Parts: sequence; C-alpha cells; structure tokens
Amino acid sequence: MTRKTVLPNRPRKRNVPLTTKLVRALLVVVMSIMSVAWLLPVAATVLTSLRSFDSILTDGFLSLAGGLSFDNFVKVWNGGAYTYMLNSFAITIPALIALLILASMAGFVLSRFEIPFARGIMLVMLAGNLLPQQILLIPYNKMAESLGIFDTHFAVIIAHVGFQMGFFTFITYNFIRQLPIEIFEAARIDGCSLWRIYFNVLLPVLRPPLAALGTLGFAWIYNDLLFALALIRSTENMPVTVGLLSLQGQFVSDYTALSASALISAVPTIILFIVLQRQFVSGLTVGSVK
Amino acid sequence: MRLFRGDRFAAIALLGIPLLFEVVWVMWPAIQSIGISTLRWNGTSDATFIGGENFTNLLSDPLFMTALGNNAKWLLVFGVLSVLGGLALALVLHEQIKGWKIYRSAFFTPIAVSFVVTGFIWKWMFAPSGVVNSGLGAMGLEKFVTNWLGDEDLVLWAVIVAAVWRQVGYVMILFLAALKSVDVSTIEAATVDGANYWQRLRNVVLPALAPSVATVVAVTVIDSMRTFDIVWSMTQGGPFNSTQVLSTLMWREAFGNYNLGYASAIAVVILLLTLVFVILYLLRAIPKEIK
Repeated sequence: MTRKTVLPNRPRKRNVPLTTKLVRALLVVVMSIMSVAWLLPVAATVLTSLRSFDSILTDGFLSLAGGLSFDNFVKVWNGGAYTYMLNSFAITIPALIALLILASMAGFVLSRFEIPFARGIMLVMLAGNLLPQQILLIPYNKMAESLGIFDTHFAVIIAHVGFQMGFFTFITYNFIRQLPIEIFEAARIDGCSLWRIYFNVLLPVLRPPLAALGTLGFAWIYNDLLFALALIRSTENMPVTVGLLSLQGQFVSDYTALSASALISAVPTIILFIVLQRQFVSGLTVGSVK
Repeated sequence: MRLFRGDRFAAIALLGIPLLFEVVWVMWPAIQSIGISTLRWNGTSDATFIGGENFTNLLSDPLFMTALGNNAKWLLVFGVLSVLGGLALALVLHEQIKGWKIYRSAFFTPIAVSFVVTGFIWKWMFAPSGVVNSGLGAMGLEKFVTNWLGDEDLVLWAVIVAAVWRQVGYVMILFLAALKSVDVSTIEAATVDGANYWQRLRNVVLPALAPSVATVVAVTVIDSMRTFDIVWSMTQGGPFNSTQVLSTLMWREAFGNYNLGYASAIAVVILLLTLVFVILYLLRAIPKEIK
C-alpha cells in the first residue's frame, strides 16, 4: 500500500479574474436580484406564519391589516408539532450515532488492511446506498410487521442505518486512506490491538470528517419522508416530515398555521446549516465530486 | 497493513457487523422486491407466481405511461435547468464578485429545508389566493392569475419549479468545489496566449470540470427517476394523475391498492432506469487502483 501518506499541501491559489469590471458590476446586479428572488418564497412563508388566517381571507396575502403575532406558532406547537419534533430527534440521533460507529469500523478495516475482495465489498455497500428507496419499502413494511416493530421508531432507525451505511462507509474509507499509515504502524509496533487502534488512534483523528458527515447525515435522516411514511402509522409516533403532511389534513387550507409548522420543522436543520455551514458544505461536496 | 493472526477476530467483527447489516437489511430486501415483482399478492392472502405478467401489464397501463412520461419531462426540464443553472451560478460566484458569499448563501438556503417543507412553501406560493397570484394581481396582471396546482397542464411545471429552486444551490456547491481544484496555471497560460473568457471557458475550464459534470449528471438522473417527496407533498400525483410519477404510482399501488407485486414491478423499473447511471457513478467513485 503505497498511497500518498500526507494530505497534499497545495499552495494557495490566486483566483485569476476572468472578466472585465463592467461585466462584474452587471453580474453583481443580476446576482442581487436573483438572490432576493430566491429568498422570496421563504420570506413569504415567514410573513404568512405571522399573520392570522382571518386576515389573509379578508385582506388577502399582500396586507398587514390584521397585524403580526406568534399565535400560529403556539397553536401548531400544541397541535402536534412538538411531538413530531421529539419523534424526529428520537429517530435521527440514534440512527446517526449507529451509522458513524458502524461506518468508521468498516471503513477502517477496508482501507487499512489486506482484506480479500475489499473493492468488491466497498462497491456492494456503496451500491446499496444508490438503490431507489422504493425497492426497499414493501420488504421493510413486511419485515417490520413480522418482527413486531411496525409503527416504532426502531423500524425507521434501522431502515436509515441500512440504507445510508454504504455512503457513510465510503466517506470514512476515503478519509482513512488519506491518513498517514505511520500512525497505525506505530501503534502496531507498540503492541496495540486492533480494537485499541480503532478507539484510541483512529476515532480521535476521525472527529472532523465525522462531524462533516454527521451534519449532512442529520439533515438527510431528519428530512426523510419515505421510510417514515412506510413504517409509521400512528400520529404519536410520526416524525416531523410525516407530521407536516398530517397537519395539512388538520388545518386544511389554513396556510398561516401550516406556514408556522413548516418553519418550526425546519428550525433544526437551519440552525445546523447556519452554525456548521462549513461542515455542511464539505459534507455535501465530499464524495459527490472527486 | 497485514493482518496479524491475533487481529483476525477483531477485523472480522469490525467489518463483519456493518457488512452483515448491509446484506440483511439492504441487499436481501432488494432481492425480495425483485421476487415480489413476479407475484400477484395483496400482502395478506397467498401469493400467486405470475412470472413477467406484472411487467407486461405495466406496458399496457396508461397510468404507468403517464408516470413514465412525467419522469421523462422531469428529467429533461429539472435536469437541464438545475445542472446548467447550478453551473452558471458556480462560474459567476467563482469570479468572487462583490458579495458573492451572500449570494451563495441565498441560493444554498433551500437545501437546509426538507423536500416536504419545500413542497409546502411552493404549495402556498401557487395556491389560488397564494403568493404568486397575489403578486400578479398587485402588478395588474390579473389575466395570468390561475389555479396553478389545479390545472392539469400547468401543475407538473409548477412542481418542477419548486424542485429546481431547491436543487440549483446544491449543484452550484458541487461545481464551486470542483472549480476550486481547476489548475489556475493553465488558465493563466491561456490568458497570456490571448484567449478571451469564452475561449478559456470552452477550452480550459469546462474540460477540467468534465469529471464533475459526469457525476452531477449521474446524480441528477438518479434523483429524477426516484423523485417522490416533493410531488407527494404538493399534489400526491394529482389532480387526475397529471403529476403521477413512477415513485408516487408505486406508492399508490403498494399502500393504496395493495397490489404488492405490481408495485414491486414499478420499483424494479425505477431501479433499471437508474442502473446505468448508478454504475457510472460507482466506477467514478471507486477508482480501479484501489484494491
């Protein structure tokens, strides 16, 4: 295994300007307008969530006659949003922890040891993540029923863990391959067992990439609709994606209350996105483009 | 590294547990689905083996053809708009024009919310008394006011607008990352040789981006064939099946009509339609030099 042992330390590149000043000025104008247009739907939803349904009905969307308040947020929070959010966390966090542990285990062995068919195993695992979810729904539904775990969070958790395992393994695998092999060999010479190398050498250096992967994975699992739709039936077990659809039945065309619930449900991923934007972006790009 | 004898058990456990899980909880269900696609089965009574009949029935099912056609439209319009749009935005923002980070955040924001929320936001945008119609009315364009999601000819395009809104920022981020790794010295050399922006774009930048383009296209095709969440949350395939796509049809057959064999056949079709691109992606993701 004669891979590059150190991450390539490229010299910082200057960005060569490709365009003239006039064009750049024009682009600033165009981009500003487009950015505003892009945020408009979100802004409209925020505004709607702060208004009353009666006022929307009588005064129309383009009015502030009825005043602004947080009443809708209180209403939907007590009307089920709170339970849905808790359920989403109860699904997402265990699934994420299990994924990070299992994927780093597999990635470690596949990338650092002479394992027969390592490439084949990696291919099969990554291929699993590229299957359409649809091909898993009916068997998951039936398996969950026969195991007696239908309509439980556990069923959704293991669906996510299975489905995402390939991608998570692939990312940790790629990252571990870029680590200097010396740190593993040194631990080896010191007589460390594989377990100790995994826990004491690998996991500490894996923290940054696992954070990036975890950020992205959180958004994926938290935002998933299909597995929960196929595996959860009762309202009290629904995560927030399914719950939002259920609230649309409850509040029918009350777009003010529904806007509030949509915004509440998006808060965790938006916070994650603001606080950990760099990890989020590197999570998105890692593995997608090589 | 070579495995020492004493490490064999640890290695088998470390790799075996995730691998076993993958096989039991992903590969096995997928194979089961292929098996179910050869059955006539409502999920409770005994199943009948009918071979390829589900697949031949699909071919004469007008609803399946509608769904297939909608996926094709989706692929073309959603695919072209999001890939070209994302590429264009990335090229512009890569110039680091004034405020580029703000624009990047703006285009990227929709990715932070789920498809379900995206679907809801646009459902409200396109609602009869919603944002789009209110805006048109305020601008004196009442003649364009219409029930966007109730009109069979418009509704698919309205859903695609919502999907593109969310996807463009994602594609942009992927291309921005790829642009960062384009070798600047070749661009400088081309500039010295007197190449203008378009010449450099055509002859230096785009060829360097080609591998990323291939990956983005593969991911976009795969996404287009299995798109579900946004359609489900905006229209559930309606009105009158005008936004039915393969995945929503599969859902309806499986969990609405309990035609599990027929639904599995649709799932297998989705798999087959994406297979070439899945393989393309895999070959690029795992280069051959890895043992």
